[in-house]
Amino acid sequence: MRRISLTVNGVKHDAMVEPRQLLVYFLREQLALTGTNVGCDTSTCGACTILVNGKSAKSCTLLAVQADGAEVTTIEGLASNGEMHPLQKAFHESHGLQCGYCTPGMIMASVDLIANNDAMSDEDIRMGLEGNLCRCTGYQNIVKSVQQAAGEMRSPAST
Amino acid sequence: MAQVADQAQKFVGGGILRKEDPELLTGAARFIDDMSIPGMLWVSFVRSPFAHATINSVDTSRAASMPGVRAVYSGADLADEWADGLPCAWPVTEDIKTPKHWPIAQDKARFAGDAVAVVVAETRPQALDAAETVDVDYEPLDVVVDMEAALADGATKVHDEFENNSSYVWNLDVGEVEQVFNDAAVVVKERYYHPRLIPNAIEPRGVICQPNPAQGEYTLYSATQIPHILKVTLALTLGLPEQKLRVVAPDVGGGFGSKLNVYAEEATCLALGRKLGVPLKWIETRSEGYLATIHGRDVIQDMEVAADENGKIAGVRANLLADMGAYLQLVTPGIPILGAFLYHGVYDAQAYSFTCTGVFTNKTPTDAYRGAGRPEATYAVERIMDALARRVGKDPVEIRRLNFLAPFDEAREVVTGLSFDSGNYDASLDKALDMFGYDDLRAEQQRRREAGDTKQLGIGVSTYIEMCGLAPSQVLASLRYVAGGWEAATIRCHPTGKVTVITGTSPHGQGHVTAWSQIVADELGVDFEDIEVLHGDTAISPLGMDSYGSRSLSVGGVALHYAAEKVVTKARTIAAHELEVSEEDLEYSGGTFSVKGAPDKSKTIPEIAFSAWTAHNLPEGTEPGLEETHVFDPPNFTFPSGAHLCAVEVDTETGMTNIVKYVAVDDCGKAINPTIIEGQVHGGIAQGIAEAMYEEAVYDENGVLMTSSMSNYRVPSAAELPTFEIDRTETPSTTNPLGVKGIGEAGTIASPPAVVNATIDALAPLGIDHIDMPVSPERVWAAIKNAGGSTVDARGAETTGAGSGTGSADAPGGGT
Ligand code: FES
Ligand code: FES
Repeated sequence: MRRISLTVNGVKHDAMVEPRQLLVYFLREQLALTGTNVGCDTSTCGACTILVNGKSAKSCTLLAVQADGAEVTTIEGLASNGEMHPLQKAFHESHGLQCGYCTPGMIMASVDLIANNDAMSDEDIRMGLEGNLCRCTGYQNIVKSVQQAAGEMRSPAST
Repeated sequence: MAQVADQAQKFVGGGILRKEDPELLTGAARFIDDMSIPGMLWVSFVRSPFAHATINSVDTSRAASMPGVRAVYSGADLADEWADGLPCAWPVTEDIKTPKHWPIAQDKARFAGDAVAVVVAETRPQALDAAETVDVDYEPLDVVVDMEAALADGATKVHDEFENNSSYVWNLDVGEVEQVFNDAAVVVKERYYHPRLIPNAIEPRGVICQPNPAQGEYTLYSATQIPHILKVTLALTLGLPEQKLRVVAPDVGGGFGSKLNVYAEEATCLALGRKLGVPLKWIETRSEGYLATIHGRDVIQDMEVAADENGKIAGVRANLLADMGAYLQLVTPGIPILGAFLYHGVYDAQAYSFTCTGVFTNKTPTDAYRGAGRPEATYAVERIMDALARRVGKDPVEIRRLNFLAPFDEAREVVTGLSFDSGNYDASLDKALDMFGYDDLRAEQQRRREAGDTKQLGIGVSTYIEMCGLAPSQVLASLRYVAGGWEAATIRCHPTGKVTVITGTSPHGQGHVTAWSQIVADELGVDFEDIEVLHGDTAISPLGMDSYGSRSLSVGGVALHYAAEKVVTKARTIAAHELEVSEEDLEYSGGTFSVKGAPDKSKTIPEIAFSAWTAHNLPEGTEPGLEETHVFDPPNFTFPSGAHLCAVEVDTETGMTNIVKYVAVDDCGKAINPTIIEGQVHGGIAQGIAEAMYEEAVYDENGVLMTSSMSNYRVPSAAELPTFEIDRTETPSTTNPLGVKGIGEAGTIASPPAVVNATIDALAPLGIDHIDMPVSPERVWAAIKNAGGSTVDARGAETTGAGSGTGSADAPGGGT
């Protein structure tokens, strides 16, 4: 067992973990943050995407010990003061989800995408979300949701 | 607050935002793997690496001594747990061969992935680790992978107890088929292969069994589309008293048919719960699911059409081989039969013949995958329409118009004896052509052909029909399906004015909570937000037939409509009594009864719900409470239809195929929620394009699945899919009073032939008239090479491609 200390959604945690424990299972099973989903065993689907130090990462590809000292954000930490994040709002308003299983990962990947890219075409968004699979939506309304949120997040009113 | 897009005051028809979303958007949803029970143990399965092998012995001793392991069982150890094998509910013929299917194989493994032992341990990693140490002594046997080889004389048998690998032959003949084909001026015959597909709902399957040994009660949580069917069938499989079993489908992350089954893992977890008396959990790994979750399609079609010299169809004849895999799962044999009546599409014909042979192979069982039988039918029909058009020298649009059934708004009988509910195929095609800019694209195609452009344009048309709203119970009986096709709904009006709706449908992404709220809000005049919809728990919703086959709205939604009518009928009696008028003197609109000529004398449904609850002043013979249930058995199927048009650009030097335009006009009858419909269409088209261009489950000759994980089976991402332009026409169904038809599968059914027809059309000048799905760059490129290079100009004026001698040098995508 190894001791790690990290901040998740603004809360500091000290924990003992097995060296082989994956970050996604640490979050889900030890911290009971079950919003981050697991959809594959080959790092393909992106359902497990979270932010580590502000960058999107597939939490099934990281060991919990690798997150020692990191600042982690999961879908549960995105809303603030009871207000949905613009991406959560946009996915709702643009019908960017159906079963919702890919959605937390899709949204977390989009947070990074919007933060690190200026104005994006639909094509840019499609390329940017290449690592996240959705079987329900055909992606069209996901692209629309991200576009909507990006507009809102960049508008002068919100900065 | 619900947003109503179109009509204020009216919810039905509006693009209302979904009630389901908030918990899914914030991580608060509860999928199966999000649940745990104190003291819960973990289950892991040991699976055969061989597609066919005798199990000589299973040595569990080493696994049993691993850390945390509580129990290890072979198939033989659990043999006494079963009252029967896993169920097949659709024995399609009287003499069908249905093998016993034990949840854990006892004598032989019959496909790679067949479970041969099961481990119970304290943690998930312990269970997985221990499963790897179970020592199974296998004796590998010869394997049958290919359907035609499986049917050949002397082929290795998947099941020794049968004389060969044919499970059944199902046939439907109407009219003078032989004569029509003999007399026809034109007969076109083609062979199509529909690849085997892996459903890939993004949430893997999973089960939790919670026993209550003192009472002999069990709760089974499962990521399933069919909690109600599961309850009945598992009670039978395990010999459990059904009243002691509760099945719950929590939030379910997509299904597409893959969670429409009664699986070995569900039965085994329930049996282990009974045996051990402790809660247990199993979560599928994705790679495990590739082997153990049903596959879809895998059908060879010999398709023939007889026509006159103008291309007017007289008869169709389809002969199918359908791969069952190693066992018959819940509805495996019935899947091709769901398409059996649709091999004439939306076209008129006098003679019709359909035959399907179900074939056992040493592969994962097939079963329902989005569209189930109808994508296969539509693909064959729409491909052969293009072949017929080429033969008689007509445009694909023209050949379709020539053969369309004329518009009808009353049900009409078609050649198979089915009665189509309503249809206007010209209307959707007209609209689609307009949106697509068909003539301009044809002109552009001509320009590129004449210029010998390396990037050729192709246009694909698909005017599809499907058969939904499963199903009239008596028709199911005639097709030898063992269950009914009804659906149930309950409306409970609370004294506080709020409403609880209980539905037998079991949504897993389709938005029933929203759509059902819309229906009830309009019919009872209750606010959308004041309605709660409960589903997916057999203790809460005891009556149901669940969600599949685009049935939920056209059967379950209609049941809800009738339940609302019953509520209004009872409420009318109470309102008349309270207002001291006769029932005939009351007008009902938007949830309010008012006295004709005295509109200020009125009662609303919530007011009446309160009176019905106090029961202080009810008319004679009226029971207290305002709650009604209706079980709806549809009188007919519904027949959604539409027109999909696809334009592709094919690079004749590399085989790269790109969709440059995709237009869909679907007719699902009346719309309840256009936003949800749009989402269903997008997702459906994406899955159909995936099938047409990317996905295929490939086995080697030893029956080993080569596309064994998500990293080598190509589920397309956003980057691989185009933007779709979609619209609708509305031809109300005559099957139900809501006029609805269903939309869940339309996109998946319509799109594969649109894409493949477009690809072939692009390459027609090279003399290419056939490419099988998926039309991958490798396959397109090979077709171009076989046709003699990428010279597009039919006269060979300009040669842009390499000759056959250097063909391999410029192979694209080498090593991928
Ligand atoms: S769970 Fe699929 S990428 Fe992490
Ligand atoms: S919404 Fe179901 S997988 Fe994306």
